[in-house]
Amino acid sequence: MLRVDIEKQLGEFSLHASFSSEGRVIGLFGASGAGKTSLINMIAGLLRPDRGTIVIDGETVDDTAAGIHVPAWRRRIGYVFQDARLFPHLNVAQNLDYGRQMNRLPSDPVQHRRIIDLLDIGALLGRRPGKLSGGERQRVALGRALLSKPRLLLLDEPLGALDEGRKLEILPYLVRLRDEANVPMVYVSHDAAELRQLATQIVMLKQGRVTSFGGVKVLT
Amino acid sequence: MFDISPAEWTAILLSLRVAVIATLVATPFGIALAWLLARRDFWGKSFLDALVHLPLVLPPVVTGYLLLLTFGRRGLVGGFLADHLGIVFSFRWTGAALACGVMAFPLLVRPMRLSIEAIDRRLEQAAETLGAAPWKVFFTVTLPLALPGVLAGMVLGFAKAIGEFGATITFVSNIPGETQTISSAIYSLIQTPDGDAAAGRLVIVSIGLALGALIAAEWFARRATARLHGN
Repeated sequence: MLRVDIEKQLGEFSLHASFSSEGRVIGLFGASGAGKTSLINMIAGLLRPDRGTIVIDGETVDDTAAGIHVPAWRRRIGYVFQDARLFPHLNVAQNLDYGRQMNRLPSDPVQHRRIIDLLDIGALLGRRPGKLSGGERQRVALGRALLSKPRLLLLDEPLGALDEGRKLEILPYLVRLRDEANVPMVYVSHDAAELRQLATQIVMLKQGRVTSFGGVKVLT
Repeated sequence: MFDISPAEWTAILLSLRVAVIATLVATPFGIALAWLLARRDFWGKSFLDALVHLPLVLPPVVTGYLLLLTFGRRGLVGGFLADHLGIVFSFRWTGAALACGVMAFPLLVRPMRLSIEAIDRRLEQAAETLGAAPWKVFFTVTLPLALPGVLAGMVLGFAKAIGEFGATITFVSNIPGETQTISSAIYSLIQTPDGDAAAGRLVIVSIGLALGALIAAEWFARRATARLHGN
């Protein structure tokens, strides 16, 4: 599903990560500054590795030796950022529809309905992002990413900007997503408890290196 | 007092036409340049920036004279355009529009550039991850978010264009009905005995147009802030 073997120099910091996973939810675990966001940005295509390869679902999206770099907009990935990044000039319904339009996908009312129900955002459709709470924004961002029909969903600390109460509000949606949405995910977090609930496989990063890889047991 | 004569109407309507055309033609170039200056680093950027602002600080008569040398009948560009495309600038209202466009350009570009600089680039990244090619990102995220700034720039440019005097009169002279705008009409009237009343009327019209434009530009700027905050 996902194969990563990259090197990247970012100022003083060097990232050298290699792993390959068929897991449904790959948890990228590490302290802040371990290189998690840089790594996920490279999987997304927002950052270019200095050396190495990235393969998503059998397609090589990065191969520096062969000069391959598929730009982010052609990777068919979904990305949920810590700060939802909803488009402020569009309402919730238009935000949700953005990915479908950009990818020229036919409209799929069944999936649309299902994801809106799954995330409980039906009541928000007419609102502008400025009028949403942090938790609501993050649910809309999840829906927006899923409705672009990605083959891989990247989540970079999607609960990071929320307080404890809001986290508990969103977590069940993420569990439902994992069990019902059928999209493999890469989930970045520095919170072991969160990953224990969600991840099926763990990649542990420490100072730019993969220190362990395996089931959630490695989180002890 | 406020009986505007047909000759004054001619000058007002000509000014409006010149300023509207100047603004509309300058806008796409303004947007492209604003984007370039806001988003790209390239060799000669500060020179280009200075060049754009030059009409703001140069004596207008110098700008007008340079336009005459370049776009006049015997000018390098003017001669080519006249011979090959049939576009003539000298002593025509189109020349007035060109002069006004050049003089208004710095004012037109500035709000556009500022509004593009104010856009959170992470929103553009988000659009990219949702499958938007760079040009689609520009038209669906960057431009709509910069729109109030673009409109503010257009309004300011329009206000400058409608009041332009020095470069216009140098380049295309002061021909009633062809190149005599409000400003050059006022200039002629105050040199004519008994022209004071007519000049006064045109002065009031210019003040009204300029004030209206400034208020509109301010309103668009406030809209921009609201838009960026998603309300």
